[in-house]
Amino acid sequence: MPKRLASSLSDEVLEHVFSFIQSEKDRNVVSAVCKSWYEIERWCRRKIFVGNCYAVSPEMVIRRFPQVRSIELKGKPHFTDFNLVPDGWGGYVLPWITEMAGAYPWLDEIRLKRMVVTDESLELIAKSFKDFKVLVLASCEGFSTDGLAAIAASCKNLRELDLRESEVDDSSVHWLSHFPETYTSMVSLNISCLGSGEVSFSALERLVSRCPNLRSLKLNRAVPLDKTANILRLAPQLVEFSACTYSAELRSDVFSNLAGAFSNCKELRSLSGFWDVVPDYLPAIYSVCSRLTSLNLSYATILSPDLIKLVSHCPSLQRLLVLDYIEDSGLEALASNCKDLQELRVFPSDPFDAEPNASLTEQGLVAVSLGCPKLQSVLYFCRRMSNAALVTIAQNRPNLNRFRLCIIEPNTADYLTGEPFDVGFGAIVEHCKALIRLSLSGLLTDCVFEYIGKYAKKLEMLSVAFAGDSDLGLHHVLSGCESLRKLEIRDCPFGDKALLTNAAKLETMQSLWMSSCSVSFEACKLLSQKMPRLNVEVIDERGPPDSRPENCTVDKLYIYRSVAGPRFDMPPFVWTKDEDLALRLSP
Amino acid sequence: MVFEKDLNLYATELRLGLPGSSEESIRISNKRALPDMNDDSGVAAAKKCDQETAPPTKAQVVGWPPIRSYRKNSLQTKKTEAETGGMYVKVSMDGAPYLRKIDLKVYKGYPELFKAMEDMFKFKVGKYSEREGYNGSEFVPTYEDKDGDWMLVGDVPWEMFINACKRLRIVRGSEARGLGCVV
Repeated sequence: MPKRLASSLSDEVLEHVFSFIQSEKDRNVVSAVCKSWYEIERWCRRKIFVGNCYAVSPEMVIRRFPQVRSIELKGKPHFTDFNLVPDGWGGYVLPWITEMAGAYPWLDEIRLKRMVVTDESLELIAKSFKDFKVLVLASCEGFSTDGLAAIAASCKNLRELDLRESEVDDSSVHWLSHFPETYTSMVSLNISCLGSGEVSFSALERLVSRCPNLRSLKLNRAVPLDKTANILRLAPQLVEFSACTYSAELRSDVFSNLAGAFSNCKELRSLSGFWDVVPDYLPAIYSVCSRLTSLNLSYATILSPDLIKLVSHCPSLQRLLVLDYIEDSGLEALASNCKDLQELRVFPSDPFDAEPNASLTEQGLVAVSLGCPKLQSVLYFCRRMSNAALVTIAQNRPNLNRFRLCIIEPNTADYLTGEPFDVGFGAIVEHCKALIRLSLSGLLTDCVFEYIGKYAKKLEMLSVAFAGDSDLGLHHVLSGCESLRKLEIRDCPFGDKALLTNAAKLETMQSLWMSSCSVSFEACKLLSQKMPRLNVEVIDERGPPDSRPENCTVDKLYIYRSVAGPRFDMPPFVWTKDEDLALRLSP
Repeated sequence: MVFEKDLNLYATELRLGLPGSSEESIRISNKRALPDMNDDSGVAAAKKCDQETAPPTKAQVVGWPPIRSYRKNSLQTKKTEAETGGMYVKVSMDGAPYLRKIDLKVYKGYPELFKAMEDMFKFKVGKYSEREGYNGSEFVPTYEDKDGDWMLVGDVPWEMFINACKRLRIVRGSEARGLGCVV
């Protein structure tokens, strides 16, 4: 009998032990211990996460992991959210569904982000997976209510249907009515992205009333106030709820009905929606406020005084999303009332106006950093900032793990000193040793990248815009940031040298996006030749890049590591080193 | 910097901007302290002309600031809905780092308007007299009319005022002396 190096435990025992290891990363480490562990592990892996759908092919996944039950796929690059990636770039899920339909009959969870999902894909899901339970389509597009109808009609055990921030075409089908009367399993339903024509209230009410396990319900804007109260009364067990349109004038009967409905909801912990809310209706939710841990007011145009009142009723708040109407005074109130706050996102109410719409400055963020000891995650849009404030924030909150600052006007300097923000962001990366995500803005030189390369050793994702002076900036980041997975850059003077010098680094990362920078097509071709396991995609709608002079820079560049080789679904505006036009979709 | 190469990138680049608007905004390196209030009159006019989409106040850079489309659409829808319903004008005050918008239709007359402005910006309007304008106050409410002239608020009947007023500005008393009354 051959000696086993790893242990004398049987396969069954090892498999049982592995079943306690849920984390992907740990599973990957386990599978690398030795060949027999690799074999055992691959047969019992149930959950797969693919951060870039083009990094691997469905066939390869299926070959290695034959018994997967749950898959998560991400498609387009993050900057798609800001319209930087042209339509038709890619991210099609159909090839994956087609392969998995045959290989994984017991697949019960599909989570997709930034992918193109067609009705055909949804129909295939509905048909192929008998025990289908969870469908999450985050920021997806390409499907209509026809596809949803197919899911509703066939998936008898569906627990979760979450369409967050997806674009859904209205095919005028009353898709909600396609859930049979016998269907009672819904636990989480998020249809907040749907338009007004796409949801029938009576079908919704019937669905809610027959699903006793419903915990999370996020409706779209078109559900009026009186319907909101009805639905809450049908589902007092809700933990998460997205509230709807509020009518213009306060009517006391509507108000008391709503307040009564909310007061029944003892489990409610998270509220969002609040489109068009009128402040006079806010007290209707006061009865649940003391238990709320998450509040999304980022669509509500209520002003600071009302926001302060509301926030002072929510001492358990851990997560707050809000518009800049909260102002510095509101953030100060937040800092003194909400000591459990972990995540804060402040969005601009009028992002394209040259002038500030509300009195929100760096002071608000400083106050929260001082008053909220558990604050970890920040997304903050503002119009002015100082290095002093950033240093204070860094010193107050070394436990920050996500720091995304957007000073709205590009190249804005420190308003007190006129200096760039190198020192301020330098303090952030130096003090916040657990920082995994960082977004920079404002006036920045190569110095800030030197700090980042030196200190940001845990940083996984970095977003840069309108910053830096030369290739040295990019070089500092690529050579210094050991944990870097995703780097996205726009409008910076970074070019060929930094890229080619750090070519090997790119294979240790998931992806690099560069747009409106200084990279030449020659360099892209060279990089592609040097690094066969990188897909180097030049996205340029102006025509073939080599039809332009040699020193011409490419418009957009997306580089990602892949074991699947070049993809076969590239649109005409994506250029690689391969001249073979047979690899393209027909124009 | 790369953008100075003569590639005529901007001729073909897709941007959200008013036709003929300049590219300066993308290449700004000057430092901005308080916004320059004098630039506004053209801006306000542009905004009022185009109710379909929120018109940019200068050439917009694609994808900046980094806000998701559904969020932008949500803000814009609110604006259009609000603006077709009411008569929204911007209100600013010298020295305050922010603007407000108010719906003139909501107020029945000058006293109510002044009370609202006082609450918003924490100041006192002072006593108005036809001959002397506003006496005894540091700040004076003025408005820009349809001809682009700046007038003292209170000169004309209320109905005429709300139809003529394009925006409001609360100026320091010392600066208001030159303002004339409507003929």
